[in-house]
Amino acid sequence: MSALSNSNWDRRTVLRAAMGLAATGGLAACGSNTGRSSGGSGKSLVQMFHAYGEAGTEQAIKRYAKAYKDANVTTQWITSADFESKLFSSLLTKNAPDVFEFHPQIQMIKSGQVADLTDIVEPVKDDFNPADIKSHTVDGKIYGVRMIDDPQFFFYRKSMLEKAKVDVPTTLDELMEAADKLTTGKVKGLYLGNDLHNVINPMIWSAGADTLNEKNEIAYHTDGVVEGIKKMRKLFTSGNLLLGAPTESWDPSSLNQGLCAIQFCGMWAMPQIQDALGDDWGIFPFPKTVDSGKQSVYNGGWSMFVNAKSKNVEAAKEYVKWLWIDQKKYQEDWATSYGFHIPPRTSLAKTATKLKSGNAAEGVRLFNEFGHFDNIGWTQAMITALEDVFANSVRKSMDPEKALDKADVAVNRELKKLFG
Amino acid sequence: MSTTTTRDLARPATAKASPAKPRRGLRGSATFNFWLFTGPFLIGLAIFVYTPILWSLWLSFFEARFTVTPDKFVGFDNYTYMLTNDDFVGSLGTFTVFAAFIVPTTWALSLGLALLVNRLRFMRAFFRSVFFLPTAVSYVAASLIWKMSIFSGVRFGLMNTVLGWFGVENIPWLIDPNPPWYWLVIVSARLWLQSGFYMILFIAALQNIPDELYEAASIDGAKPGWQTFWYITLPQLRATSTAVILLLLVAAYQAFDEFFNLLSKTTWGRPPLMELYYKALGESQDYGAGSAGALILTVLICAVTLLQGKLMGFGRGDESK
Repeated sequence: MSALSNSNWDRRTVLRAAMGLAATGGLAACGSNTGRSSGGSGKSLVQMFHAYGEAGTEQAIKRYAKAYKDANVTTQWITSADFESKLFSSLLTKNAPDVFEFHPQIQMIKSGQVADLTDIVEPVKDDFNPADIKSHTVDGKIYGVRMIDDPQFFFYRKSMLEKAKVDVPTTLDELMEAADKLTTGKVKGLYLGNDLHNVINPMIWSAGADTLNEKNEIAYHTDGVVEGIKKMRKLFTSGNLLLGAPTESWDPSSLNQGLCAIQFCGMWAMPQIQDALGDDWGIFPFPKTVDSGKQSVYNGGWSMFVNAKSKNVEAAKEYVKWLWIDQKKYQEDWATSYGFHIPPRTSLAKTATKLKSGNAAEGVRLFNEFGHFDNIGWTQAMITALEDVFANSVRKSMDPEKALDKADVAVNRELKKLFG
Repeated sequence: MSTTTTRDLARPATAKASPAKPRRGLRGSATFNFWLFTGPFLIGLAIFVYTPILWSLWLSFFEARFTVTPDKFVGFDNYTYMLTNDDFVGSLGTFTVFAAFIVPTTWALSLGLALLVNRLRFMRAFFRSVFFLPTAVSYVAASLIWKMSIFSGVRFGLMNTVLGWFGVENIPWLIDPNPPWYWLVIVSARLWLQSGFYMILFIAALQNIPDELYEAASIDGAKPGWQTFWYITLPQLRATSTAVILLLLVAAYQAFDEFFNLLSKTTWGRPPLMELYYKALGESQDYGAGSAGALILTVLICAVTLLQGKLMGFGRGDESK
């Protein structure tokens, strides 16, 4: 390479330099493990899961898969933050998983990405929580098998609230007041996650509104929601929120390590919190955003879907039926041995002894009393639109009305494409 | 990259060629050799660059949602959608601010480092490597270190710990956009990652400036230091500077990794690629609109690059010096 011995840069030299630059980063992208093993007896299936935070979950999923005799099932275990993008992009390719977990979203059905599972769910339909069937049904067909229900609520340190003489808040104003009283030099009063996005839906429900109404029209653009956003903005700028924490709100570490007194998290975190804090904790639902609202809990969760474009749709359906419908032992193990989840099967929920006492029982009560399930018509693009509202009007100071108007445009564009 | 230290510009390249017997096989056909050496690169280019661009072009005229093999032709709808989208157009503004800041800063820092390292009498190789090493670090890994340990918003983040000694409240660097501390995080990460590479380019160029020029300047009465730097070093580095600025500009346009990892789920500080990702290519899977946006971006990058080349005389060869 004598080109550099002359300080003149011609196009070629620059190209070469650019290639050098590209090579430093580009190589990392090469090579991918699709998890698909060649050989082995019988059919091969690939299943994709997001990485659950609890120890032992990955081994458990692999153990169940290994016990299945009719196909050789391999597992892709994807880091949480990348899961959606990884799933969506791989569904376009030949390396797509045959079976994957996700939330019910209608665009996957409209675009023919997920297979109709009515024939395997129908026989046991009555044993499922009706809400879990409803949220997976489009035009009478059932498209997914719910594995776990995950209610989300606030976790608080009893001792800290007692010390600050704070009652468990039932309105958003009380929550703001509590956050203020609980904030001391080293402990912040409240943690809602770094981007606050997990409380968007509960805030809307607690304002007496909803994401979409029965006719699949916008239902979130109400005065109550506008007021809620203004309150959230006040909370955000109060200095009482924990911001920039190393772990997101689905991980209870911030509460466990004493970074905050109250944290928004989910049922799954209960065993970890119990280990770290003993009995010094309790839970409460998202408080009323406005006085006319009602407390709410987001009943999230994960469901199994079959990739409709898979070469082994039938085999994949068989596997899903075997594990998530027939194998109740594994289902119970999955729901209660690692994180805590509520089994969507009523027969299992009845016998799950770990969920019968203490805070877990309280979690089940909140789930039943205040819970809102996924709306299958509320899709990823709409979720993003409301996340933008929070980014613009809570973390930034945009007028909530204006931000909501902007979201309306995006959501209506989606609705029009999905429902005409 | 070789950082050759040849100073003798006049030496003909073939002067010391070995008198060994020429190997016939390889010299057989110039055309064959041409394809042999450029072939693999061209094939890669065709598969990984041109095919996707053409495919995007095709996709951009279709309604391609949740598929990359669409059938519903929509004409220029996707282009209208992207061009009337405030966020996308706004992100072009973001990029301009970002580029206007990062390009001169990186240029100055890498030139500064190059001058310092070039001056060293000992341990030059050591320092050269030390400054170059960050180039080998992945943007994603660096962003995570920046986000989770240096600029973490909690009290035990490195910066907050240091500020805490002076009684300053904890700052949520990346979370609260007011004041926009996130730029500090992004710019410092990018400087750390990039400067080393451009420093190497500058060192190579510095070593190519003939000593005679400095001697002549000194005889003519130029003071060592600022005056020599301004009238000898800087003009001699012009070609390299132009190239570095061009590469930096393209890199700024393509910014994605650290923005994506540091500013996830924001509506601010989004460069065009990130806007595209959030608006169309990522979770929304609107590949038609996404492709339209990508093509608009490609055209812009080409136009700016050509314009810059014109203005700064890049690629004109010797006479431009």
